Amino acid sequence: MPKDFEAKTTGIGAPMKRREDIRFLTGRGVYTDDIKLAGQTYAVIVRSQVAHGRIKAIRTEAAAAMEGVLAIFTGEDFKDVGGNPAGWLIKSRNGEPMREPKRPVLAHGKVRHVGDAYAAVIAETYEQGRAAAQQLADDTDIEELPAIIDMKAAAADATNRVHDEIPDNLCYDWGWIEDNRAAVEEVFARAPHVTTLELVNNRLIPNAMEPRASIGEYFPGTGDYKLTTTSQNPHLTRLLVAAFVLGIPENKLTVVAPDVGGGFGSKIYHYGEEALVLAAAKRLGRPVRWTAERSESFLSDAHGRDHVTKIELACEKDGTFLAFRTETFANVGAYLSNFATVTPTFLHGTLMAGPYKVPHVYVNVKTVFTNTAPVDAYRGAGRPEATFSLERVVDQMCRELGLDAFEVRRKNFLTPDMFPYTTPVGLVYDTGNYQATLDKVIEMADVAGFESRRAASAAKGLLRGLGLSTWIEACGIAPSHLVGILGARVGLYDAATVRVNATGNISIMVGAHSHGQGHETVFAQVAADRLGVPESSIEIVHGDTSKIPFGMGSYGSRSLAVCGVAMTKAIDKIIAKGKKIAAHMLEASEADITFEAGKFAVAGTDKAKTFGEIAFSAYVPHNYPLETLEPGLEETAFYDPANFTYPAGAYLCEAEVDPETGKVTIEAFHCADDFGNVMNPMIVEGQVHGGVGQGIGQALLESTTYDETGQLLTGSYMDYAMPRASDVPFYNVDYSCQTPCTHNPLGVKGCGEAGAIGSPPAVVNAVIDALHRGGHTHIKHIDMPVSPQRVWAAING
Amino acid sequence: MQNFDFVKPASVAEAVAALGTSGAQALSGGQTLIGSMKQNLAAPAVLVSLTGIAALKGVSVSGGVMSIGAATPHAEVAKASGFPGLSSLAGGIGDPAVRARGTIGGSLANNDPAACYPSAVLACGATVVTNRREIAADDYFQGMFTTALEDGEIITAVRFPIPERAAYAKFEQPASRFSLTGVFVAKYGAKVRVAVTGASNDGVFRWTDGEDALQASYDPAAVKGLKVSPDGLIADLHGTPAYRANLVAVMTARAVAAS
Amino acid sequence: MKVSLTVNGKPMSGEVEGRTLLSTFLRETLSLTGTHIGCDTSQCGACTVHVDGAQVKSCTVFALDVQGSSVTTIEGMANTDGSLGRIQQAFQDHHGLQCGFCTPGMVMASAALLAVNPTPTEAEVRHHLEGNICRCTGYHNIVKAVMAASDAIPAE
Repeated sequence: MPKDFEAKTTGIGAPMKRREDIRFLTGRGVYTDDIKLAGQTYAVIVRSQVAHGRIKAIRTEAAAAMEGVLAIFTGEDFKDVGGNPAGWLIKSRNGEPMREPKRPVLAHGKVRHVGDAYAAVIAETYEQGRAAAQQLADDTDIEELPAIIDMKAAAADATNRVHDEIPDNLCYDWGWIEDNRAAVEEVFARAPHVTTLELVNNRLIPNAMEPRASIGEYFPGTGDYKLTTTSQNPHLTRLLVAAFVLGIPENKLTVVAPDVGGGFGSKIYHYGEEALVLAAAKRLGRPVRWTAERSESFLSDAHGRDHVTKIELACEKDGTFLAFRTETFANVGAYLSNFATVTPTFLHGTLMAGPYKVPHVYVNVKTVFTNTAPVDAYRGAGRPEATFSLERVVDQMCRELGLDAFEVRRKNFLTPDMFPYTTPVGLVYDTGNYQATLDKVIEMADVAGFESRRAASAAKGLLRGLGLSTWIEACGIAPSHLVGILGARVGLYDAATVRVNATGNISIMVGAHSHGQGHETVFAQVAADRLGVPESSIEIVHGDTSKIPFGMGSYGSRSLAVCGVAMTKAIDKIIAKGKKIAAHMLEASEADITFEAGKFAVAGTDKAKTFGEIAFSAYVPHNYPLETLEPGLEETAFYDPANFTYPAGAYLCEAEVDPETGKVTIEAFHCADDFGNVMNPMIVEGQVHGGVGQGIGQALLESTTYDETGQLLTGSYMDYAMPRASDVPFYNVDYSCQTPCTHNPLGVKGCGEAGAIGSPPAVVNAVIDALHRGGHTHIKHIDMPVSPQRVWAAING
Repeated sequence: MQNFDFVKPASVAEAVAALGTSGAQALSGGQTLIGSMKQNLAAPAVLVSLTGIAALKGVSVSGGVMSIGAATPHAEVAKASGFPGLSSLAGGIGDPAVRARGTIGGSLANNDPAACYPSAVLACGATVVTNRREIAADDYFQGMFTTALEDGEIITAVRFPIPERAAYAKFEQPASRFSLTGVFVAKYGAKVRVAVTGASNDGVFRWTDGEDALQASYDPAAVKGLKVSPDGLIADLHGTPAYRANLVAVMTARAVAAS
Repeated sequence: MKVSLTVNGKPMSGEVEGRTLLSTFLRETLSLTGTHIGCDTSQCGACTVHVDGAQVKSCTVFALDVQGSSVTTIEGMANTDGSLGRIQQAFQDHHGLQCGFCTPGMVMASAALLAVNPTPTEAEVRHHLEGNICRCTGYHNIVKAVMAASDAIPAE
């Protein structure tokens, strides 16, 4: 940690230890599955074992008669309620709207992927439910249909359909920006050099360590429902359950997301099990709980990535970029998860200019239904895919033209004098300094000393390489007017209520949700800094729709950049009201009242009131301007960002390849990031570590493999390779290059996704570099995960 | 998981009696069996825990032989002195929690094709001792998940003649961390035995070409260039037969270097 | 059947079935929910506890099989005055946790390591944590925390 950060002990920029850690470290966290309720019952889901099939009969009698069984639900029970909707409507380049098949609570008519839920048993005990679920599975007739697994084949198949009403299995065929297509084609036609790469962005399974879980309650006396669930954004879940799926009035449904054990995107979405436990709780009049086994998580959590891309780079012989063009197939799986349609489009195509001054870009994405689990946003969501395509093709171009990978990037970077800069793919970058992060990472990595390290590796029979990735993303999601134009069905503002209690301590209800990010510490830190009160007097409340005003949750590196700003705006309202109260109490003009270090003072005098005195006066308004001002001290603010934020950085990976086994070892990983202002450097570092860890997982280890019949071959930790402690190095992280965001008052950009975005191409570039330096110059590319057998096969292929 | 009666006898005789009841199955450390039961791949009516039998526990060395009680957990073998090659193998099985519970007897009775112990037993020509007889390693392993054990037969100990040089080299499957290919090399005077686990559809096997080469010259270079036939080797997500064939030679060389 | 254990120094007992896992007994019968269940194949390590001092995955041990044993869970790791124990404190100091779900298992595994190896190397720490999966931290700060809680002299 840089020294100027280490020195701070309090307020913005201090590496404050996390207050939430105490409960997590002592086993007193309360995750959904930890909650026990009187009279609770257990739901067990019956899932399809075939990838594609027509449900002929579900004979429930035997299961229903089993000991402890209280109720059985099938798709019939939900056929007349709504489906779980897509959150974003995308238009095809021919102007047609996307196809949005219904996603029912339980499959009805057809099952469409292995793990598709088609029935549920509610029982007194979990074991009874499981036994009955097995009976029900045995008593179900499903006529197996041909599985549609390969996405390119699916798009060319007019006979086999995932959804009977969608003839070509295509959700949409999107072009961005369609009006620029002809110009881009013209550039390619006359370009001095074109580099082409065919890339797979491997499908990942998010694997938050806490499996999904939900508890439904119904209170017949009032008609209220309560859903406790593993969610990154309880308000969105409430909205979807209420307005789209079950039709419960929004004000009769409370959604609580208590401690949540990681999300990484997979817990943004509403899942059918949440509607099921609510409906079941109402039918039974008892709480209904469901907790996924890990094997269910593998089959039914929204997966991530899964793109097949052809990218072309047109350039001058000196490496000056002229244009990028991509054609991508994106797999959405069997149904549209809530943000499945925007992830491969606006979260991907709009980043396809990178940090570069490339004048022409055209992106085509064909999004395809297959008989696999739904695919949606996973840490980075679209932006890792864009970055991987760009940074791989740039490296390949340098190799083809014999150019230096550092200098080519430097030559093509936007320069600090060019901001604000409108990219050819529709974003307006507000600020940045990509040269600075590149310089920084070169210094951190001791690039000058690489050759001697390479020689040392070579002496051991190992190949060492260096891989660069310079990345940018758009986060702080998102300006509502813009996303509305682009097809979003929601706004993406956030909200906070600051409640100053009569005794002067403060409760802040925030719409962001913390599932590992440390909001309870950082939000308090920011608020304390602004209010000049101790952090310990501030409590951050999140994850409960009955307590917080509204919120769109946490994902897209948005918590501080959107909700944090809403909180500061609410604080500003508190301070403004406090000044009015102070002016009255101090018999001064409001214009003369200053607020600093927790004190309201009359400028130029020693007359002052503490924050606590003002709070007390607001609630005991004996000496108070009641004729012009309401008592109480509580303010709410909503904040809708004016633009995305644009963190960027440069990553360098140094990797060693064992040519005998193909095993890749990450010897060093360096990150120079620009996150704008940093609120808590300790937490920022932790976010980067985690993101890079996941990126290394994608690059080297994690493969989601379906066989041709649609069985998931990597359905447990026995076959899905999660990064372990021995797979990764210590990461060298720096964030001292700071160009603060220009359009939010905190100057923050967001750091949650950075590591997962920037790291995969750095790893793969390092492996390819090592292989080339080792003389294996025939190897152009190895698909992720760059597993030992793939590397070995490439060397010997 | 289906329910069962749980018994924990204190002697081999009681365990044998308990295993005579219908649907009974022995439970050692449970690090494989319990997982199978969770998936309903195994559903015993009676589970007979062997870990309470003191006579089945412990490691001793005498007359150039290491004897290991069948219910001795891997962690104990990892700590034992006298046979560093075997201790190193035991210290690399699974993870610390697996090593605290999992036992050599359980591993050998299950004979997972990717388990580590079978390679050491076969390479050393160890003796598998049961409540009924002694079984030579060459006769014990009969293919993936198949052994010479009969119904009601319990492994009580394994006796390893301690080699003059030995080592185990494992290339891990990236997800499960079982051996994708693991090789145990044991040298007894002029005689060298090489046993390979993780690679073959028939379970652990001896690589005789490697043995011949090492008997001629006990040096990693002796096996490095040797070609291994991919016929009969496992094809799965993590390695093709050709890849595993390569690993057989590479891991053998590394085991020799480490021995 | 009845199982009796010493849990975090206190005698505890309860009725169980043969199939009752130690993790289920701890979570459901004793309401010690700090021990977490993160997988069904004995790989994630979130359920790690100590049984008679040995690090075990409580999801892969039957409660009846550890009859009479002494079990320590994350709830038993704080100092007697309630303050964080040495390893817990190191995890907080070094930001060795984010979502907290794998954390109890990480702390228990780390404690087992340091009990037998008070001065581990970085490589030994990483090797020892082979059976504990974390998805949040990239392991960086977990390894730092364990090193800090050890008696090893810091590298810098």
